[in-house]
Amino acid sequence: MGLYWSVLTVLALLAITAPAAILFGFGGATAARSRIAPLRWVGKGYISIVRGVPDIAFFLFFVIALDQLFEWARHSVLCPDWDQPIRQGNDFVVCAAAKLPLSSSPQWVHETYGFFLAILTFALVFGAFTANVLFGAMRAVPRAQIETAEAYGMSERQAFWRIMVPQMWVYALPGLSNLWMVLIKATPLLFLLGVEDIVYWARELGGTKTPQFTDYPHGDWRMWYFFALLVFYLLFTKVSEVVLDRVMKRLTKGQATTGGEAQRKAPA
Amino acid sequence: MSCWETIADYALRSQGIGERLLPRSDFTLCQQFTLIGSGMIWNVYFGVVALCGGFFLATLVALGKAARSPWLRKPSEWFIFIFRGSPLFIQFFFAYFLFLSLKGVMPIFAPFTAAWLGALVVLFLNTAAYSGEIFYGALQSIPKGDVEAADAYGISGVSRFRRIIWPTMLRLAWPAYTNEAIFLFHATTLVFFSGFPASRQMGDALYYASYFADKTFNPFIPYPILAGYFILLTLVVIGLFGAINKRLNRHLPQEQRRKIRLRPNLIR
Repeated sequence: MGLYWSVLTVLALLAITAPAAILFGFGGATAARSRIAPLRWVGKGYISIVRGVPDIAFFLFFVIALDQLFEWARHSVLCPDWDQPIRQGNDFVVCAAAKLPLSSSPQWVHETYGFFLAILTFALVFGAFTANVLFGAMRAVPRAQIETAEAYGMSERQAFWRIMVPQMWVYALPGLSNLWMVLIKATPLLFLLGVEDIVYWARELGGTKTPQFTDYPHGDWRMWYFFALLVFYLLFTKVSEVVLDRVMKRLTKGQATTGGEAQRKAPA
Repeated sequence: MSCWETIADYALRSQGIGERLLPRSDFTLCQQFTLIGSGMIWNVYFGVVALCGGFFLATLVALGKAARSPWLRKPSEWFIFIFRGSPLFIQFFFAYFLFLSLKGVMPIFAPFTAAWLGALVVLFLNTAAYSGEIFYGALQSIPKGDVEAADAYGISGVSRFRRIIWPTMLRLAWPAYTNEAIFLFHATTLVFFSGFPASRQMGDALYYASYFADKTFNPFIPYPILAGYFILLTLVVIGLFGAINKRLNRHLPQEQRRKIRLRPNLIR
């Protein structure tokens, strides 16, 4: 039962993370091209810091850091009369009321909290990559389009929302679809974040943790669980490829790009 | 214990040489630097060997994918799709359990269940698939005139490939291939986090970093150390590949030379 649940977990993570990452990315990109300097610095800093730090070290580090940040924030609000230092040597100590989740809360709260942290981490990391893609896409929208909008008397805000945003997706989609593929392939890292995802179950099923499982009545089935996972991911990738191709075709329609021209000239 | 003694004890710990017990309490900065650095030996080993071997297989796969005969093309396409379409993480797990069950049937596979060979095989195949795709793309964009000129000079067959096509392919692919190399080094951290066990606590850099993070509950020291080591490694890779890039481009006029644009990637 847990296994099927974990497949849903992965799908849910993808379904929640992708829009969240686009939101983060949109915010980052608009901040990075803002006219107000501090806001621009925040946007650019976010993009380059997160993109610069490599690999799963980020995932391992970030969850603990986020967790400690939340607990510290709650600690300073909830227990103002706590006089001991928070870092006692190697331990991170906050008052009991600031623990997240509360040690008295039921199991599912703990699991949901872990899942929430995972989503936040994924969204933050992928948001930075998305921000970079969208930033490039916004700059790729032909200048003439914005100028035309201005000539029609649109305000800056109107030009941004009505002209720039609808048009930028064509330029952003190749980069975004790349990111989507990477995101799919990053989901097994959930297991590192302590969420019971499919990798966790594939490891648990069919064997004890000791390496001496060759004397089982059945063979070592974990190989087949992982084979199934491999096929699952391959299928998922293939389906995404096909769908994204369609979306790209739909988006290029009527755009001022080579693809759009080719579609226009193609015999109807 | 002075820092020099620590270095003498732990510098080769990841190879099983030196002090057997890992430090258990009173962790010093020196210990963390030494042990994580010692773990880097594994990362460098995996990266260098997989890259050198993968280079040749990648050339073959790229040629296979560009071949006209479907008997050569289809297997190459599938090879690339399987290794690029699924997470490396799952590939590690699957390979580990595959080798474990093969070991039960044929004892010849016993060394494959150890990280030094088993994980190396996976990394080798994986990088071959990724670089194969890069080389294939380069192969498609070789200027038509170069090949025509070779034909006009009567250079054909193997010597045309060796003297015209292959160097041009490398030259065009090199910037992307540099990214792939950096990416591969980052991916080596996954080895001991997936199925492959670290025997007698001989692990890679991330293994020791997470050991310290687990023991001290403080991720803010070991992971930045790890990141620092990886940045150094990346700089070395960039330096080496930049030198090769210079050599590949030395016959071109200054402004036509292809600069390497670094695009760090996140997860494979």
